[in-house]
Amino acid sequence: MPIALPELLAAAAVPLKLTLKVALTATAGACAAGVAAGYVLSRRGLPGREVLDALCTLPLVLPPTVIGYYLLVVFGRRGVVGKWLEETFDMSLVFTWQGAALAASVVAFPLVCKAARTAFEGVDRHLENAARTLGAGEGRVFVRVSLPLAWRGIVAGTMLALARAMGEFGATLMLAGNLPGRTQTLSLAVYEATQAGKADEAAFLVVLTSLVCVALLLASGKLLNRGHA
Amino acid sequence: MSLDLDITTTLRGGGRCFTLAAKLSSRGRSTVLFGPSGSGKTVTMRAVAGLLTPDAGRISLDGRVLFDSAAKINVPTRERGVGYVFQDYALFPHLSVADNVGFGLRRGFFGRLDAEAKDRVAQLLKLSGLADLAQVKPGKLSGGQRQRVALMRALACRPRLLLLDEPFAALDPLLRHRMRREVRAICQAEGAPTVLITHDPDDVREFGGTVALYDCGRVREVVEFPDGPEGGAAARDMLLAARFGAYAEPGRACAPTTDSQSCDSD
Repeated sequence: MPIALPELLAAAAVPLKLTLKVALTATAGACAAGVAAGYVLSRRGLPGREVLDALCTLPLVLPPTVIGYYLLVVFGRRGVVGKWLEETFDMSLVFTWQGAALAASVVAFPLVCKAARTAFEGVDRHLENAARTLGAGEGRVFVRVSLPLAWRGIVAGTMLALARAMGEFGATLMLAGNLPGRTQTLSLAVYEATQAGKADEAAFLVVLTSLVCVALLLASGKLLNRGHA
Repeated sequence: MSLDLDITTTLRGGGRCFTLAAKLSSRGRSTVLFGPSGSGKTVTMRAVAGLLTPDAGRISLDGRVLFDSAAKINVPTRERGVGYVFQDYALFPHLSVADNVGFGLRRGFFGRLDAEAKDRVAQLLKLSGLADLAQVKPGKLSGGQRQRVALMRALACRPRLLLLDEPFAALDPLLRHRMRREVRAICQAEGAPTVLITHDPDDVREFGGTVALYDCGRVREVVEFPDGPEGGAAARDMLLAARFGAYAEPGRACAPTTDSQSCDSD
């Protein structure tokens, strides 16, 4: 028996909102950390640069469940950071949307980091040196020269990170679980609907997710093109 | 102006190595580093500007020590008060002509331009005939205009010393002739002592002053001329004379220096 559209919409609204909240928070975190790490990695003469680079790339190659496991070890109730968070702020990341955001941001981080490193390396060293001879400290060189010139590459990396965070599944499941209304994002909802044999609901969620992703891609393409003009 | 430097440094890269050992003193308002490409002129200037840290030695400007390997002094570039006009101008492509010129005048966390700084930018743009192009991005400018912007940007901060790295090499011959006079005139009007790097004797004509002859990573000779066109003509004649003609010859191989063993260490 087919279910009515309003019911499907109502069922999808909660995971959709949660997905956007988790993905945007995760992207913001991944963007900040990724730009910082990418900038540091782009500096020549940094000792152990390639080792650091490999570490930053690790979340890209590790299975998301393995990342989730590591996150549980560190941020779980008995983990070093998790215990401190609980004792100091009385908060836990396990089974919360913040935990889902953390998991997604760790998985999305290398995408921003890689793109930012390449973008910063593409900035002409002469321009940064010129700024220094004009009395600019390292902070001003970064804000006024390096960042504006690397902007396009960083935005492209951030868009990829957003897409990756939207679809995060494994690490989120490990750290935040699959609690409807609390940590169940679209990708988790699709999985559960399929497992439960709710074919209509699953199909609807799949189409919805695809539409959201296409809209994001179009928006980011438009944003990048406008930067060209 | 007084510039004293005595530095040695070895640069490695691409399986080759280059050793510079430069000793130089200059007191006048104009200094010229003359020599073929790859003789160490630019390396010397990068060290003066603090863009490169020499292996050993000492650099002082107007009695202030900028670098001293023995005393472990290495003043950061931004505090040296040394302006640099790069060979390729290195204009900020994302900023307008006015923002390029005003870059070094911004103060505070948000980099505001105060009224005095705005006046200074307007004055320099007028002096260089760029006032109509103030809001244009550097990508739309001609070679001569770019050079003026680079010069004005460096002069805006009132540097103690202005380094001009092959400033005329990228210009076409007709423009080159005009820009030599113009650059010299502007630097004189602004009262900025200059160090000109060049391999073209004609460039020296407008500047004159202390001429240091570079060859194979060494300062071979320092000859004093009066500043400006009077001394410049004599300096040019000397550089064109057979004895120094060799200095300007491209592709002349350098004999291995006694320091070259230090290059084998890697």
